[in-house]
Amino acid sequence: MDILQALILTVITASTPLLLAGLGELVVERSGVLNLGVEGMMVMGAVCGFGAAHMTGSPYVGIIASMAAGMGLAFLFAILTQTFVANQVASGLALTLLGLGLSGLIGESFVGIPGTKVEKLVFPGLADIPFLGRILFAQDLLVYFSFLLTGVVSFTLFRSRIGLIIRAVGNNHHSAHTLGYDVITVRYLCIVFGGACSGLAGGYLSLAYTPQWIENMTAGRGWIALALVVFASWLPWRLAVGAYLFGTVTILGFFVQGMGWGIPSQFLSSLPYLITIIALVIISANRAITRANTPACLGQSFVPDR
Amino acid sequence: MAGSAKGSEMPSGSKKSKKQAPPKYLLEAINIDKNFGDLKANDQVSLRIEPGEIHALLGENGAGKSTLVKIIYGSLQPTSGEIRWMGRPVSISNPAVARKLGIGMVFQHFSLFEALTVAENIALAMPGDFDMQKLSQTIGRVSKTYGLPLNPDATVGDLSVGERQRIEIVRCLLQQPKLLIMDEPTAVLTPQEADQLFLTLRRLAKEGCAILYISHRLQEVKDLCHRATILRHGKVVAEADPRTETAASLARMMVGADIKVVRPAKARAGGKVKLAINRLGQPALGPFSVALHDIFLEVHEGELVAIAGVAGNGQAELFDALSGERTNPRSDAIVINGTKAGHLGVGARRKLGAAFVPEERLGHGAVANFVLSENVVLTRHNVEAGLIRSGLLDLTKAADVSARVSKDFDVRKPRPDPEARSLSGGNLQKFVVGREMDRRPSILLVNQPTWGVDAGASALIRQALVDLARQGSAVLVISQDLDEIFEIADRIAVLSRGELSPAYPASELTYEAVGLLMAGAHEKTKSSKGERHAISA
Amino acid sequence: MQLVLERRPERSKSMLLLSPLLALLLTALVGGLIFLFRGLNPLAALYIYFVEPLTTLWSIEQLLVKAAPLILIGVGLSICYIANVWNIGAEGQFTAGAIFGGMWPVFFPEFQSFPVLPLMLLFGMLGGMLYGFIPAFLKNRFGANEILTSLMLVYVAGLSLDWLVRGPWRDPHGYNFPKSVTFEGWQILPTMGTTVHLGVVIAVAAALGLAFLLDRTIKGFEIRVLGSSPRAGSFAGFSRDRIVLFCFLLSGGLAGLAGICEVASTVGQLQPSISPGYGFTAIIVAFLGRLNPLGVIFAGLILALSYMGGEAAQVTLGISDKIAKVFQGILLFFILACDTFILYRLRLLPRRPAAELQPAE
Repeated sequence: MDILQALILTVITASTPLLLAGLGELVVERSGVLNLGVEGMMVMGAVCGFGAAHMTGSPYVGIIASMAAGMGLAFLFAILTQTFVANQVASGLALTLLGLGLSGLIGESFVGIPGTKVEKLVFPGLADIPFLGRILFAQDLLVYFSFLLTGVVSFTLFRSRIGLIIRAVGNNHHSAHTLGYDVITVRYLCIVFGGACSGLAGGYLSLAYTPQWIENMTAGRGWIALALVVFASWLPWRLAVGAYLFGTVTILGFFVQGMGWGIPSQFLSSLPYLITIIALVIISANRAITRANTPACLGQSFVPDR
Repeated sequence: MAGSAKGSEMPSGSKKSKKQAPPKYLLEAINIDKNFGDLKANDQVSLRIEPGEIHALLGENGAGKSTLVKIIYGSLQPTSGEIRWMGRPVSISNPAVARKLGIGMVFQHFSLFEALTVAENIALAMPGDFDMQKLSQTIGRVSKTYGLPLNPDATVGDLSVGERQRIEIVRCLLQQPKLLIMDEPTAVLTPQEADQLFLTLRRLAKEGCAILYISHRLQEVKDLCHRATILRHGKVVAEADPRTETAASLARMMVGADIKVVRPAKARAGGKVKLAINRLGQPALGPFSVALHDIFLEVHEGELVAIAGVAGNGQAELFDALSGERTNPRSDAIVINGTKAGHLGVGARRKLGAAFVPEERLGHGAVANFVLSENVVLTRHNVEAGLIRSGLLDLTKAADVSARVSKDFDVRKPRPDPEARSLSGGNLQKFVVGREMDRRPSILLVNQPTWGVDAGASALIRQALVDLARQGSAVLVISQDLDEIFEIADRIAVLSRGELSPAYPASELTYEAVGLLMAGAHEKTKSSKGERHAISA
Repeated sequence: MQLVLERRPERSKSMLLLSPLLALLLTALVGGLIFLFRGLNPLAALYIYFVEPLTTLWSIEQLLVKAAPLILIGVGLSICYIANVWNIGAEGQFTAGAIFGGMWPVFFPEFQSFPVLPLMLLFGMLGGMLYGFIPAFLKNRFGANEILTSLMLVYVAGLSLDWLVRGPWRDPHGYNFPKSVTFEGWQILPTMGTTVHLGVVIAVAAALGLAFLLDRTIKGFEIRVLGSSPRAGSFAGFSRDRIVLFCFLLSGGLAGLAGICEVASTVGQLQPSISPGYGFTAIIVAFLGRLNPLGVIFAGLILALSYMGGEAAQVTLGISDKIAKVFQGILLFFILACDTFILYRLRLLPRRPAAELQPAE
């Protein structure tokens, strides 16, 4: 029972950054933009969040800083792809390379410093419920927030006017422009929102998951989040399920390692990446699902006539 | 409808010279200029519309009609000039402003979102609150009042072109417009659907709503409109009362000269079958594509057969099936020059003597950022001796071909070998058609040969198609333009919802008969629409 | 007034050449600013970073050696990106090449005669091709996004190498260090001068060969057509799947070759880390080179210089060599921005009259 509980607790911390980053990217892609820079924004969020928390002593300032860092990089991406109509794939790669480089430089002096951890929010009484209490009522703020965000994104996308506009822009930017919607501005806003989510996901890594700074500490999680968006066929709740499935498998890998069966640790560390590939193959092979939900303008630049 | 008091008196079309308040004109566009780079799309254009009138804006493709209405609707900003709405100068900075004033527009290319529902599509065009429930009821009411049936919960991608147009119209009507702009509305309709539309429009005009009706179809303008402004090369060349003009006189104003009519020589009867399509069928590829059912057609040597039909009834799918861009598991579904070719790809079919011209010029028939000589290689790399030698390109030879095509087909270009994207639509179409004709193919398939092409280039292309047929080739043309079809075809078949009617001699058909076929009179599977869903699901 | 982008009728020939230069200039400008913020004289720092490495013969040789893998990988990636095939897993294919080619010295350390080197190079290439085959196959067969799959495989390759050199392939006489046996004698690339090795020649030859392929052959034509317009490509009778496979095999093979060249020269053995991110930096090389194989040669030299400058900055200026990665990222940003002006130009438009309208009832 205790092992299971511990397992679930670690699954939650492993899944939360994927869910946060994935939600942001989901909104971005719904508006028709493919931002491959999630990894770069995440790692910048991680280093800036860590640094700000370290300097001020407050993990919450760190969280704000991590979001700001993600938004800043995302804004660069928006300028490049929306104003300068640059290729989105290449620009996303540029964002990742820049983020990884810049975070390494910024974080050089943070290596080896103990971090500031976001505290768990313990609901008195409720948290004492056997087994479930620790899982449901003693998480840090960001875990609760990630679920709140899933609901908000889902509601906004499918039940509100703003969401309708975002989906419309992603489905047919020419029509949206003709109807008088400012495609570029909508996309700018979505991209920056995505940046905030990615930055927050990075901040979660350096402030809650493993409160320290290690270079390249995102270790491909940004890319996994991108894959999860495809896997979830652009639906927020399905993304949450995907993120938790993914977190579970990753943690099971560590668990197996702890069993001492002599499986090389490198193989277990490869598991998340291999599983990502398998998940992508499975979902892509089912073209009916992907085709119906893929935003039709995904990755295409838009230049209005003037 | 708003403004009904003023519009109750039908304008007679005769010249009224009194100018007093309330303003006589609903909308005045005065001396509008619009430049795109060096191109003057609108040059000192003026247009005046009275309340309750159906006003035609006539002109060839590229005359500047679309530019002018986009300016009126706020999608484009004029380089200079003034717009007055009910006597007051206004700046229509975007379509939302236009809608607020009371201007609605139904575009030729619909501004719809295929992945969204009908109600969502309409909601996007409505300002203010967001109450899908209430909106669905309103849609139901309006569509009933004006005879425009629509299911608010249907996904647009599943709807026919006619149904999509209804969404656009309902969208406008919900805003209670004083001016409704219709851009080539009948281009996508069967004649019967068009008649139905005219009833709706006349009813609207009676209620006081002015209609700006853009078209290049003279007969319907004569039937429907009270007044006409005629554009040519971006300038207003005439204003007229279409009811008192003849189609020929309107055409003269529009084109600036009498249109040269292609005179097909008599077809030779009983030639060999060059292209045979035997019970060709294929499922739809995705939610937004059309399945083909049991298509049968034979095209003989020396004959030009045309396939009529409203866009979106399987034309693109049929083209891909015939060109080999999509192959068929049954090799005998398509027989080219006696060889079973259903399973063969486009390259192999070209080797059998077939040539193809797709509808999209840029991005399908030609690569935008390639020069013309490279675009010659595109479709002729495996049929031309000498263009490719042991894997290497001979670009000098390609340039020779490109020069010859340009000369024979009067392709006007800025430089000897420019990028394809720098050519105008008409010139690029002449090049793309010429590139295939230059091979002297024994079978030629063309999809929409003169779509978006100016009159001069259209006449040249049509004549070339007829000439090729008379020299013994089999020519198959897919077109939406009935005038074009009756001008050049020996036999006519009609494609509707993926089913092809038998091909009838053109001399035995009327527009009305073709219209009935376009509406699906020949379809065997009346539930073919449901079937389409089943396949794509 | 407002600035707007206006599409040119054709691509501007002069911007095709100017845009990378402009990007370099802007990067240097931002670089100067970064140095200034660090309290350094920007001009002196830029000199140390970008010019000084070019002043000695030794460092020029180093430059060539560092440029070789970048060029080799970069030309392969250029072909991919022209075809709109997004292989971003070159780092993994590089590693796979090193592992496959390294099998010979690891399993047959006594194999000391001429054939061993060609065999190593061949296996290195095959290893890269095999590793490139995976994302190509998954894309063609299942439609799986090649960007994500090829990238995921980078991590897998790195971990596999790590396992090998810590486990089964560890040098039994290596004092437990995580490394394979040292490559020696015939297992090492021959050098000219002191450090310039055969890999440099191979890289330049590959670039020239691919330039010819792209410009003069039907295969190159096919790649260019499918890249700019898939629909026109299928109309021409070209197969998208075949080109995806071709591009991945080609770029994977070249990256694998670069991998084995690197371990058979500069590195001299298999160890957990064999590349300072050449596979990713080569993405920047490809774009800076305008996806033109000849341009890639120059771009490879410039990015190699950024590595050299990073080392110089660390030694002379006391700034972390991580600044090299920052410069590389900024450079790619500016390249992409400047490339916009190939197809667009900036126009000053008079600002529209205020968007308010006269009150209408």
